[in-house]
Amino acid sequence: MNVTIKVKRFDADAEKPESYWEEFTTEVADNATVLDALIQVREDQDGTLSLRCSCRSAICGSCAMRINGQGGLACKTPAVDAVIDGTITVEPAGNMPVIKDLVTNFDGFWDKINQVTPYLQPQGPEPEAEYIASNESMLHLSGVTACIMCGSCVSDCTVLEVDPTFLGPAALAKAYRFTADPRDGDEDGVSLDRLKDLGQKSGMWDCTRCMACVTACPKGVDPMDRIMALREQAMDAGLTNNNGARHAEAFVELVGHSGSLDELKLPVKTVGIFNVPALLSYVPVGIRSLRRGKLPSLFHKKIEGVENVRRLVKKLEK
Amino acid sequence: MKFAFYPGCVSRGGCPELYSAANLVCDKLGIELEEMPGASCTGAGVLQEKNRLLGDILNARTFAMAEKIGSPIMTICSTCQGVMAQARHRMNADADYLEEINSHLADEDLHFSGDIEIKHLLWVLIEDYGLEKLLPLVTKPLKGMRLSPFYGCYIVRPTEALQTDDNPERKVALETLIEALGATLVDFEGKTRCCGFPILTINPKNSMAMVAKHTAEVKDLGSDAMVTPCPLCHLNLDGFQPKAASQAGRSIDMPIIHLPQMIGMALGIAPKDLGMKRHIVSTQKLELKLQEA
Repeated sequence: MNVTIKVKRFDADAEKPESYWEEFTTEVADNATVLDALIQVREDQDGTLSLRCSCRSAICGSCAMRINGQGGLACKTPAVDAVIDGTITVEPAGNMPVIKDLVTNFDGFWDKINQVTPYLQPQGPEPEAEYIASNESMLHLSGVTACIMCGSCVSDCTVLEVDPTFLGPAALAKAYRFTADPRDGDEDGVSLDRLKDLGQKSGMWDCTRCMACVTACPKGVDPMDRIMALREQAMDAGLTNNNGARHAEAFVELVGHSGSLDELKLPVKTVGIFNVPALLSYVPVGIRSLRRGKLPSLFHKKIEGVENVRRLVKKLEK
Repeated sequence: MKFAFYPGCVSRGGCPELYSAANLVCDKLGIELEEMPGASCTGAGVLQEKNRLLGDILNARTFAMAEKIGSPIMTICSTCQGVMAQARHRMNADADYLEEINSHLADEDLHFSGDIEIKHLLWVLIEDYGLEKLLPLVTKPLKGMRLSPFYGCYIVRPTEALQTDDNPERKVALETLIEALGATLVDFEGKTRCCGFPILTINPKNSMAMVAKHTAEVKDLGSDAMVTPCPLCHLNLDGFQPKAASQAGRSIDMPIIHLPQMIGMALGIAPKDLGMKRHIVSTQKLELKLQEA
């Protein structure tokens, strides 16, 4: 198969560091991966093309990059699937500084992993023998421990694009690996201190639920689902005095009342009725909307047969 | 062609112009819509944070209502599309789970079979209605208009629940329509990113940074407007654009139009009737281009 590989190139040590696109055309085997194709270009055409790789089997997590704009592992992506009109477009992973070509600096990635204290912290009384964890809980955790720290999720995170302080999908998923471990936290396995820390600014509530990390993850870790599980754990542990938790709780309450979303009450309940500065910040947009006839009705309508929804909400209330 | 119509809460709340524009367009195209007045909110992924089972039951309730009507579901909201597709995906994959959910619906004499077609108007136009039927009805090609797509996360990800790998045309549906209607496509990477709406009340600074990033990017590319199939994206990208622009310290002034408004303009429906006066960012310059077209 004849393919053109379009690579975004960069050299931080160059006299004038500027990124630019370069195209290489090469003949690859039908079963070649994108990584095979890149290595072939490096071997045959340009020895200065820089990339990381090691295992070539989606185990080591070295070759994460953006392939056709999407984060993932080059060694796990068949070239034949990645070709669009004869071309595969390859860029370095996003949300990290580029060192050279497809090699990025992972310092910030590891800093965030370290921030979530990535080791067990049992707080209850020490058992006489070993800590016992159920098979079920370990099987559940194996989904998260499948993470190979490749950075694909971080590459595509839409929050990190605008806020580099966000802990990000990899570190938050790693944190869940401990909050969901029955050996971590108090004797009931509740990791209250962790959940408190993770609920601060730049933590679990800053995720937008865009699912970019779920799509990018090559190992099925589903980082966003873990972040949602962290939120559930935090709310279950009574950590509800924040906008994120109030937002989720108000949503259930409002839908449970009228069957549909009352868009005026939701922000008020989220920031809190006594949070005057936050409420005042909505005034300009409220006035603009009112003038354009866009402000939702003050008298929110209930859906037909709303009693059925109310009954379900009541029955399933947590 | 008939659908069980699920307009979603926002199209009847903060974006009423979307609801009326969609109805006008479907009426003109002869797409029959039957609303489900008893259908609830999908939960928008937020309710699911607190209680996923409840969210799935509420959506199964809507699916069962549509099955009673005997038509596939059509929505005009990317978020509703995604949340419903994810709920369906979970029930479809697990017969026990489906049975559990149905046990909660029995009181209302409702039952969900486990599979139903759920399609955004965007997909309906391409897959069911078809461009070959749509294009002859275009009386006002959008020539000279430079338009950028903005999908909304939930109609793009996750691909498995949305069945986009089996239906690859869904991945480029907006671009296809923009070009088919005669406009110039101004493509940009941000089209499948997050608009920031879900964290509007949680981290407004980041939310505004996202609005500014996307709208300014297409502005700098020379786009006349952004087109979105998601009213939640519209609320943020249009409604909060002045605030985002002031946070970013620059002027942006990028009109955001709903998908049915773009179709409506091409079908010769007056912008006034499509509710474009209701937008926060003026669409006046865009309307002038339409007159010139």
